[in-house]
Amino acid sequence: MGARHEGLAPEREATVRALAARYAVQRTSLLPMLHDVQEHFGFIARQDVVTLADVLNLSIADVHGVVSFYTYFRTSPPLPHQISVCRGEACQAVGAEDLFAATRTAYRESADTEVSEVFCLGNCALGPSGTADGRLLGRLTVDRLTALIPPGRS
Amino acid sequence: MTTFYVPVDAAARSVGADEVAAALAVLHGACVVRTGSRGMLWCEPLVEVDTDAGRVGYGPVTPTAARELADLAGAEPPPTSPLRTAYLGLVEQHPFLARQRRLTTARLGVIDPGDLADYERHGGWAGLRRAFTMTPDAVVAEVTASGLRGRGGAGFPAGVKWATVAGAPGTEKCICANGDEGDSGTFADRMLIEGDPGSLLEGMLIAGYAVGAHTGVVYLRSEYPDAITTLRRAVESARAAGILGPNVLGSGFAFDVDVRVGAGAYICGEETSMLESIEGRRGEVRSKPPIPALRGLFGRPTVVNNILTLATVPAILADGGSTYAAYGTDRSRGTQVFQLAGNIARGGLVEVDFGVTVRELVEGFGGGTRSGRPVRAVQLGGPLGAYLPESALDLPMDYEALAAAGFMLGHGGIVVFDDTVDMARQARFAMEFCVKESCGKCTPCRVGSQRGMESLDRFLAGADPARELPLLDRICTTMAKGSLCAMGQLTPMPVRSALTHFPEDFAGGRR
Ligand SMILES: Cc1cc2nc3c(=O)[nH]c(=O)nc-3n(C[C@H](O)[C@H](O)[C@H](O)COP(=O)(O)O)c2cc1C
Ligand code: SF4
Ligand code: FES
Repeated sequence: MGARHEGLAPEREATVRALAARYAVQRTSLLPMLHDVQEHFGFIARQDVVTLADVLNLSIADVHGVVSFYTYFRTSPPLPHQISVCRGEACQAVGAEDLFAATRTAYRESADTEVSEVFCLGNCALGPSGTADGRLLGRLTVDRLTALIPPGRS
Repeated sequence: MTTFYVPVDAAARSVGADEVAAALAVLHGACVVRTGSRGMLWCEPLVEVDTDAGRVGYGPVTPTAARELADLAGAEPPPTSPLRTAYLGLVEQHPFLARQRRLTTARLGVIDPGDLADYERHGGWAGLRRAFTMTPDAVVAEVTASGLRGRGGAGFPAGVKWATVAGAPGTEKCICANGDEGDSGTFADRMLIEGDPGSLLEGMLIAGYAVGAHTGVVYLRSEYPDAITTLRRAVESARAAGILGPNVLGSGFAFDVDVRVGAGAYICGEETSMLESIEGRRGEVRSKPPIPALRGLFGRPTVVNNILTLATVPAILADGGSTYAAYGTDRSRGTQVFQLAGNIARGGLVEVDFGVTVRELVEGFGGGTRSGRPVRAVQLGGPLGAYLPESALDLPMDYEALAAAGFMLGHGGIVVFDDTVDMARQARFAMEFCVKESCGKCTPCRVGSQRGMESLDRFLAGADPARELPLLDRICTTMAKGSLCAMGQLTPMPVRSALTHFPEDFAGGRR
């Protein structure tokens, strides 16, 4: 426990250490650890980067560099609802760009729903594709999305 | 008791297969088996019913049809029935499947991916058992004789790669299965893992035995949660059954497999970037040499092969390399698993011999566009692949023939666009994709794609083509010649093919 750990929320730090303890103390375990932390908390906080750097004896900058490289890892808490719309070419061929724009418009006022782009979900024969709260959807329309996740007011 | 087969494949689930399975499961006397998908994706959810004559299919179906499906028990629906148009007859005799040669995907949609005993009943482990009766060198020779080339994009001969790893100094070697499958328009790796994970494990085991590796890693993208779950379960059952572990099938050969998950980076499909990612680093591409076959994962000699490459190996060992090599064309032997995607009437998975024309796939199997409008462009080989004009559709699917015409097969994805496509926008997207997915290690790719996108933005906003297009061409040349890996080198492919084959979309000013 060096000086660099001051100010860490102790409970969260303990949880992260417990999650990390399931893996070998080797650099190759970093991505699996980050996945577990994100699955548990919904995001990877600055303090988790510090904790994992300590666990693996890496510099904080090094771990931060890894987290920031991968778009799947997020560093802020997610909103309650998550929508992603595929903008890959196969989905573009069946209207994905319009769907993405319309989805963003539909949820512009929603304080509880995040809309993001994704490049290919492996559902390219049944596009346009997307996900709603983690569930893969094919032949997607804005109506189907708004039925599943009603756009709220801000 | 009637047995229904309902796909558990993610594409089938994305259009309601779970709901259909649930509606069938509550019916009295119904037994529901979840299989992979046959790849007739436009018919999903596709339910198959066991009959004395074979499996009869209906698709697409909705949960409300469950009762009637059970009553029909495989019969043809009467003309008044809402299921009438969904009736497919004996599935294996359906023209879409009957015209295929399924070697890599023979069990897809047939077996229960959660049951390795089902895998074995359908020919599983036969290739591995035969490999164990041979010397490792003879196994490598068999793969070389089959002519099998890498299905991940580059088409490198698998046997040559294996021989390099087998001959490399070092006692610890690795097999890495590349399941990053980031190319838009491709989903065969995913379907194979979700529908027949045993074939991948068997291919890895054979590769391990052939080159003297005892460690296998499968790298799967995080966008494929179902595949991750299915494969992890298959690994656990294989361990429990003594198929993975210290003494594979009692042979004395030790091999185990670890499943690793990516985190949303397209570049991690590039083999050295994938190795960096597995090692716990940013997915930055390594410069070669050394090649991974000599110094790969943790510096060990490593076979990196695509999922389809590895999953084809069991059939090659079971039936012999020369049997496989008898199919296909001169230097493109065997079959290729094509994926029909985008604006296509009958999208799905088609495994046929190399040499088939693009037109036969798009029009014969695919039935043309879903919109009913004329086909205008076909992108082959993912985001780094070229756009073909209609006039190029008679080219045969063959690595050399495509390359000679300036195209590439890539991972076998075929993305169809109708005549509403704006090729200048597609060119702009190619640059945008590279901006977002470049690993950032080298300047021509990182900065070039940004400048290329800006140039196309100016063009789309009405700037003078006489000024922008020569600039765009210079950017493409710099990227193609100066980039470290194929990401930067090939991003100009879709851009230049759009300019070359669809000049009308770049003529005059916009707006
Ligand atoms: C940008 C980029 C992305 C790639 N993505 C993949 C991929 O998703 N899956 C894959 O198998 N190969 C991919 N490759 C090719 C791999 O680098 C490598 O050639 C392949 O995995 C080797 O296996 P194979 O010989 O069986 O094809 C990619 C290459 C590049 C340059
Ligand atoms: S070409 Fe692009 S992706 Fe490849 S090494 Fe260079 S920056 Fe990275
Ligand atoms: S391009 Fe959208 S799912 Fe593949």
